[in-house]
Amino acid sequence: MSNMINPIVVAPEELHDKLAALKAEGYDFLECLTGCDWGEEGLGVVYSLTKSSTTFEMTHVKCVATDKENPTLPTACDLWDIANIYEREVYDFYGIIFLGHPDMRRLFLREDWVGFPMRKDDKPEEKNAEIPATNENISDTRHKYTLDAEGNLKCEDTPVFADDAYVVNIGPQHPSTHGVLHLRTAIEGERVKQIDPHLGYIHRGIEKISESLTYPQTLALTDRMDYLGAMQTRHALCMCIEQAMGIEVSERVQVIRTIMDELQRIDSHILFFSCLCQDLGATTAFLYGFRDREEILKIFEKTTGGRLIINYNMIGGVAHDLHPDFVEDVKHFINETMPKGLKEYHKIFTGNVIFRNRSIGVGPLTREQVISYGCTGGTGRAAGWHCDLRKHRPYAAYGKVNFNEITFESGDSMDRYMVRLKEIEESCEIIRQLIDNIPEGPIQEKMKPIVKVPEGCYYSAVEGSRGILGVYLESKGDKSPYRLHYRSTGLPLVAALDEACRDFMIADLITIGGTMDYIIPDIDR
Amino acid sequence: MAVRKSAPVINNIPYEEFKDNETLEKLIDELNAGGVSAAVAPLDKLIDWGRSNSLWPLTFATSCCGIEFMAVAAARYDMARFGFEITRNSPRQGDVLLVNGTITTKMAPVVKRLYDQMCDPKYVIAVGGCAISGGPFTKSYHVVKGVDKILPVDVYCPGCPPRPESFLYAMMQLQRKVRVENFFGTTNRKQKDPYKETIGFGSEEYAELLNQQEQA
Amino acid sequence: MFDFSDFTSWLDTVLLRVMPEWLTILVECVLVALGIITLYAIFAMVMIYVERKFCAFVQCRLGPDRVGPWGTIQVVCDVLKMLTKEIVSLRKTDRFLHALAPFLVVTASMTTFACLPWNKGAQIIDFNVGVFFFLAVGSIGVVGILLAGWSANNKYSLIGAMRAGAQIISYELSIGMVMLTMICLAGTMSFSELCQNQAEGGWYIFRGHFVALAAFIVYLIAGNAECNRGPFDLPESESELTAGYHTEYSGMDFGYYYLAEYLNLFICAGMASTVFLGGWAPFVIPGLDGFNEVMAMIPGFVWFLAKVFFVLFLLLWERWTFPRLRIDQILTLEWKYLIPISMTLLVLMALCVSLGLTF
Repeated sequence: MSNMINPIVVAPEELHDKLAALKAEGYDFLECLTGCDWGEEGLGVVYSLTKSSTTFEMTHVKCVATDKENPTLPTACDLWDIANIYEREVYDFYGIIFLGHPDMRRLFLREDWVGFPMRKDDKPEEKNAEIPATNENISDTRHKYTLDAEGNLKCEDTPVFADDAYVVNIGPQHPSTHGVLHLRTAIEGERVKQIDPHLGYIHRGIEKISESLTYPQTLALTDRMDYLGAMQTRHALCMCIEQAMGIEVSERVQVIRTIMDELQRIDSHILFFSCLCQDLGATTAFLYGFRDREEILKIFEKTTGGRLIINYNMIGGVAHDLHPDFVEDVKHFINETMPKGLKEYHKIFTGNVIFRNRSIGVGPLTREQVISYGCTGGTGRAAGWHCDLRKHRPYAAYGKVNFNEITFESGDSMDRYMVRLKEIEESCEIIRQLIDNIPEGPIQEKMKPIVKVPEGCYYSAVEGSRGILGVYLESKGDKSPYRLHYRSTGLPLVAALDEACRDFMIADLITIGGTMDYIIPDIDR
Repeated sequence: MAVRKSAPVINNIPYEEFKDNETLEKLIDELNAGGVSAAVAPLDKLIDWGRSNSLWPLTFATSCCGIEFMAVAAARYDMARFGFEITRNSPRQGDVLLVNGTITTKMAPVVKRLYDQMCDPKYVIAVGGCAISGGPFTKSYHVVKGVDKILPVDVYCPGCPPRPESFLYAMMQLQRKVRVENFFGTTNRKQKDPYKETIGFGSEEYAELLNQQEQA
Repeated sequence: MFDFSDFTSWLDTVLLRVMPEWLTILVECVLVALGIITLYAIFAMVMIYVERKFCAFVQCRLGPDRVGPWGTIQVVCDVLKMLTKEIVSLRKTDRFLHALAPFLVVTASMTTFACLPWNKGAQIIDFNVGVFFFLAVGSIGVVGILLAGWSANNKYSLIGAMRAGAQIISYELSIGMVMLTMICLAGTMSFSELCQNQAEGGWYIFRGHFVALAAFIVYLIAGNAECNRGPFDLPESESELTAGYHTEYSGMDFGYYYLAEYLNLFICAGMASTVFLGGWAPFVIPGLDGFNEVMAMIPGFVWFLAKVFFVLFLLLWERWTFPRLRIDQILTLEWKYLIPISMTLLVLMALCVSLGLTF
């Protein structure tokens, strides 16, 4: 099965119409938006669109800006809410100005940053100090660019917050933002009026570094992106490269990867539970979660040697064979530890009247909203969107197992929480079906010493712990990727935060943020 | 009459088994060279003992190491045993800044400010490869190659991320370092007002800076 | 039974023999003050230790165990550390109020601490409107919290302080109401008489039927909220407001809040055991004379502390189990549930007493 993509190329003038037509055709989920510098050809973007109905077919649209120095493209903000933040990302990295975009600010980098680092000819280190001398001045104006009659750029400024808004900075160093997220929150009394997420405090330029690394080297960085989905992220990249090169990994590897992915998912969901409890003030439940999580880490450690950053999947297989105790440990975990743990979680937290009052009806997102914002994973399924790639675009050994796709209707915090806890059960079920018959076979395909991916564009996605994790890979046939882009699972969630929190209280912001379950290094990359 | 400082002792682990005793011995020699009067030395010892057993970490995590730090605080590793009981969220009340994870160019001024907001005595532990040297991201355009470029680091704790055991080891090393400190007399860790010197108190720029700081 | 007033009157006579009356009173005052402060410090430390060990127990951890046997002197280290930590004074804050606030909180909790009847004849502040005095002085604490939030010039502190204000003042109402219910039953407001009555006639929680029991539960809830303890700890709710109203306090200033928080919990438990569980009065079962005599052998302060720690156990248990409430839910709980309930209780108790239905 090849994952090569052949994007439809359109001219900038036709881009918006084409996208609108595709959306009307049913491609109503903007899965991924990748900016790219094609050198001579110019700067441009690739829109990856998906049918949000059960088929999950994809189509890709490529558009190259005509002007190389000051590239401009029409915006797609009016079609998808998530385009807003994706286009800001492209602007930040490539300097492509999207005309008509209401908020053309930098997304990750400092506002006084010089240059656009992802352009091939840009040398960011030379123009910017490693350690800035001053604190960042965060501007309060949005820029909207439009073309006037003569074709000149015109900038229109609007303030981010109203003049009399009482703005509280939640973050960048705040206990419940789960990392270094900065939410500028306008409040009225205790009510949240508006949230302006400010990202990039942990932007490490993984995509840019990857362009100078060989393929096996790029693998090392994936674990550090979404560290609670380390297995899955690495799985996604390995799968993308393998399929691009036409390598068939053995049955055994497929099954091992599936089991590991599911263990990782349980790990991540337990951590989700723990952190949510911690945020809501139930410290004891937090420790109960961590107690059970240690059991998974023990299993990981025995086989892979790592606890959090695992470095297990390799191109063409996995790094080590399973530990002899693996099967027994996993069985003990899914049959003894986890059911007992889940029962305890429900007892101490799910049924608690305070938690129910704080979560039911809080921060609801409708199905239309989650699709428009591209919130996949638990958040999407809580709103009734069947978006589990394991079901709809099966990969590895998922095609062979039976499991339920957990969905809820109302999309509030309680549903988002329940989706995760129920998914732990489903993950256990998947593992239960696989663990007894792990096929024999090689754990590693024979690979050439230097991995080279044939020229072309490739896209693969897996179901990560918190949503669809896509890898867009463009190769020129070298030993390092020409462009490597990850579809972040958390970015859409943060984008939807403003919508979900509006008119709820500060305390609800914590609940909503907790149940959205985003990981900041995965957002910032 | 001078009372000499002696080597710090930590419960349960013999002195010889710690690495890098030379640094501590050098510190002790330096302090002893200054000489301390007999009256305050026991008091110093008492205070050092108190401080070293009550190092409250400030919750600060940028990436992966933060999750391992949570594991250290959780049931199996339980850092409360050593007196690192409470992680404080307000920088005013924390004693140790554990730099858990990568510090990016954008984050650097924030970390610096966080450090400035902390009250003396304050200590810094650089946790993980990223905080020590930039780790796997040294090639990046947006990563500070080592937090020691912006903060004085007391203990380095290597790993990616470090295992909980090495977290505890790093904390114990810090305890040992705190034990060889003088509160009265020779060395005092008090940090000078960082802006007073460079900008000058009372100037307009200074007032502006303060305005910014209030936002945090 | 051991009567502490024997000792105090003996001391009084001894002192009167060697010095004039005004000096005697002065010396006695100083002695009492020293006694209170020492007890205050000791109990704060004990409380912190107990809480840490208890929460470690609940959370399948070990808790402090390195400093001293079973970590018993861990708290001493913390206090030493806080004493020698820098106290920052911030520009653009109201420095006077900022410095004053922690003292108000500590003063309030020390004065209420002095109201507790430790033993027969060992109450420090005791006069005929003792309960009123306790309630009145206890509410000074909230002023300290409000000032702390206001003077710090920090948005988190301000929000925390406003929450504290709304919460504490609301919950004081139901505490007052519950106290009235019990006064209605007891017919006195003096703490020594309250205890004496219970020693003679049995604990009020038994004498007042279900009404007293319900009042006890309401008191525990409201008292917990009054102390800003979880699940009512939103003024300082760390996940929302970093550290709430004391965000900007460091060193011992923060230490005062820390100590006061624990002591307020102790006082809350102490008051519950005084009013409902008989204070220093031993547990007696009418008719079982032998058993009662043995019980009476145990000194009063042991009884008192035992009861206090029993109530504390209940409070800690609850603290470490529940998640935090939201501010509107806290106020709903108070205004829509607890106040009507406590009013009803007051009426019921008045009926019970007037119809002679109590024991």
